[in-house]
Amino acid sequence: MTDEPMALSGRPVSELTLDAVRGGELSVADLRIHPETLERQAAVAAAHANPQLAENLRRAAELTRLPDDEVLAIYDALRPGRSTPERLREIAGGLAGRGLPRCAALLTEAAEVHARRGLCA
Amino acid sequence: MTDQTASGGKDRERHAGRPVGRVRFMDAQRVNLDGFAREDPGLGLVALRSPGDPEPGLVIADGRVAELDGVPEAGFDAIDAYIAAHGIDLAAAGEAMALSDVEFARRLVSPDVPRAEIVRLSAGATPAKLARVLALLRPAELVQAMTKMRARRTPGNQAHVTNRLDDPLLLAADAATAAAFGFREIETTVPVLADAPSNAVACLIGAAAAAQGVLMQCSVEEALELELGMRGLTSYAETISLYGTEQVFVDGDDTPWSKAFLTSAYASRGMKMRVSSGAGAEVLMAGAEGRSMLYLEARCVALARAIGAQGVQNGGIDGASVAASVPRGLRELMAENLMVMMRNLESCSGNDALMSESDMRRTSRTLPIVLAGSDFMFSGFGSIQRYDNMFGPSNFNAEDIDDFLAMQRDWGVDGGLRTVPGEQIAELRAGAAEACRAVYRHLGLIDFTDEHVERAVDAAGSKDLGETDTLAVVGAAQAIRDGGLTVVDVVAALDETGYEAEAERIMAMTRARLAGDYLQTSAIFDEQLNVLSLVTDPNDYAGPGTGYEPSPGRLREIDAIRQERGVDDLRAEQARFAAPLLAAAGPAGPGHDARDVVIGVSPAVGRDVWRCLSGITVPEVLAELLAGLEEEGCAGRVVRFGDTVDLGRIGLAAARLAGSGIGIGLQGKGTALIHRRDLAPLANLELYSVAPTVTRELYRLLGANAARHARGATPDPARNPYSDEAIEARYHTTVIALMALERAWVKPGAAPEELSQEGLR
Repeated sequence: MTDEPMALSGRPVSELTLDAVRGGELSVADLRIHPETLERQAAVAAAHANPQLAENLRRAAELTRLPDDEVLAIYDALRPGRSTPERLREIAGGLAGRGLPRCAALLTEAAEVHARRGLCA
Repeated sequence: MTDQTASGGKDRERHAGRPVGRVRFMDAQRVNLDGFAREDPGLGLVALRSPGDPEPGLVIADGRVAELDGVPEAGFDAIDAYIAAHGIDLAAAGEAMALSDVEFARRLVSPDVPRAEIVRLSAGATPAKLARVLALLRPAELVQAMTKMRARRTPGNQAHVTNRLDDPLLLAADAATAAAFGFREIETTVPVLADAPSNAVACLIGAAAAAQGVLMQCSVEEALELELGMRGLTSYAETISLYGTEQVFVDGDDTPWSKAFLTSAYASRGMKMRVSSGAGAEVLMAGAEGRSMLYLEARCVALARAIGAQGVQNGGIDGASVAASVPRGLRELMAENLMVMMRNLESCSGNDALMSESDMRRTSRTLPIVLAGSDFMFSGFGSIQRYDNMFGPSNFNAEDIDDFLAMQRDWGVDGGLRTVPGEQIAELRAGAAEACRAVYRHLGLIDFTDEHVERAVDAAGSKDLGETDTLAVVGAAQAIRDGGLTVVDVVAALDETGYEAEAERIMAMTRARLAGDYLQTSAIFDEQLNVLSLVTDPNDYAGPGTGYEPSPGRLREIDAIRQERGVDDLRAEQARFAAPLLAAAGPAGPGHDARDVVIGVSPAVGRDVWRCLSGITVPEVLAELLAGLEEEGCAGRVVRFGDTVDLGRIGLAAARLAGSGIGIGLQGKGTALIHRRDLAPLANLELYSVAPTVTRELYRLLGANAARHARGATPDPARNPYSDEAIEARYHTTVIALMALERAWVKPGAAPEELSQEGLR
């Protein structure tokens, strides 16, 4: 076990070199942050008097597992008037089932408040 | 009917409706282009406290917030609900809310109460509570508190780099320039949305050509911005807006939950992100609901912390002029920044919108923040000219960079910027533009001409570029987007076209970003790619002798502006005007001719001092004086007095040598007078005291008048030329150096010596 961070692809960061670029070895997954890195940063944030930033980074760690399109689609679903409370709960259920409990909780909470405040479709 | 009986009645009638000259003159000053609003709490036109603001209050029941600032849970709007659920530290809440506003404010200002303690208490305070506390702080107290509460120890600055044409070569050159000046973040945006990917690539290359570790943002609509970040072309985002009322929030097409999710989305792609809020936004949308600007912003800042953003860009932003239009508006803007720091977040402190037509007002708005120091003093200093700033002019722009550098030096504060020698700017701009051209050519985007490169390097702004092909930029941007171009493609293109150092810089930055340390609060990279943040470089201010102080090296950088001059510089400059004139021609004795007038000159004349402050050379001045004497029938002698630099004594000594009893005194810097042998040293007959404004004609007149005095005729005294310029500011340093050169030649008891007039006419 080393402390060296790695990219989402699993490639250690130190291997992201000009030579690797020249060899055409690098893909987008080599540019993406790894969830373990985000978890580690969350612990640092929590130790520096910001549990909310820690929570955000932990949600982010979960989101590394979703493709870009899906991330943007969920964001859009959360905007005013886009979704029924049921739809938000359905997305939340899907996320929970795929091991994204923190994101799921955020959507569940949104479903309740959005419904009460008339922010649903 | 007019009252004909009262004398002056007609005059008053004539002027009715038209202000007197003094008032018309005042009306014409630039500050009167600004709008000033009467306080109107109903419209939200009130800075610090409105009758419509709630009383601070917090009720906790069963481990949850049951009432927030007077609103019971059932009545929470979406903002209240998010803050109540996530934004209040219940462990600290009882203590924080029980503190009186004054006691809280005192602890906030006192250097004896550590930053961490204020952070702990603030986490337990409601928005209304923090607004009440901050409304108590006077300006000097705001500065003191900000000095202590800023998260990062080392202050920083951010630049806007944009232009009207989205010209890639100019963007690259200007990004390099901004990086060289020391900006640690560069924010670009577009007049034409489709150009965004091209702007991001051009700025990325430009910054890498000048410095390591500059964070890059392309401010556009959120999906595209996120996409650019995902491809590694940009490294932070800050235009994720929050608003202080639910209505305006929803009008902005978001909810607290959608923003919270977006915040996590950015982090999940390894992008640093801060949210944006600030006074006036709700007022402009007619949605302030009778609340003060500070209270509404307190809600935004509490929400920013609650959703887990690491920082906030506030201090008015687009609404800065709204805040500035009401009484105490500037206090409010600074209080917003301070509130962010109290919530333990990064502050990007506004100053990015031109809030006044008055140079004095806009300086007054910015200066306290520069004195206190912030994570970013500007959330966009316009590093380009006003007209090229596609965010709209910033409060400071390229027009003001030298002013800002001088202000840093005046106060000995680190505003994040440094002087860059002109040759270095030229070199960096050329390198950046060439690298950008190489990449665009290599990737088949645009083939720029040599002339275009030359123009971009030399340009002070996009108006200097001439006609450019803006459609080609749209095409390039489209190709970048459609081709899914990533930072790796840019690196490869740089590498293959011979820009290995730039390629390596961008790769190093890519690696550093993946370590994630720069996602912490207030993180920037220094030029060695170390992360400076709340975690690695925490502010430890605890009163005088503590906290951030520029290192000796950094202080030299701040001090050594390029306009700085020393005596050696002046000696060299004077030497350029040295001429084989004014040779010493033996001891000067008393004259006996009634028409003999002596022109006494100071010790360094004919040695180290050759040019007056006016730019006229000393020999030219002497020639005019001699000609003036001659016109009025006298003959002049030039005599150097080596025992004093005092003009009165030189003039008097000259008069005492002169057969006529009249002397002219001339210092090398150009100050001149007429003296008479029977007067006291500090008296004189005529004096030209403002040397920089004296003309050749005036020197000739002085000679003529000296001759008239000698003959007992009536002189025609000259008036010193009028000036409204800061003559003293412009010349005093030169005067001090010139006088030092004079002083170096002083020899007590030195006998006067006659100087040759050969070649003077």
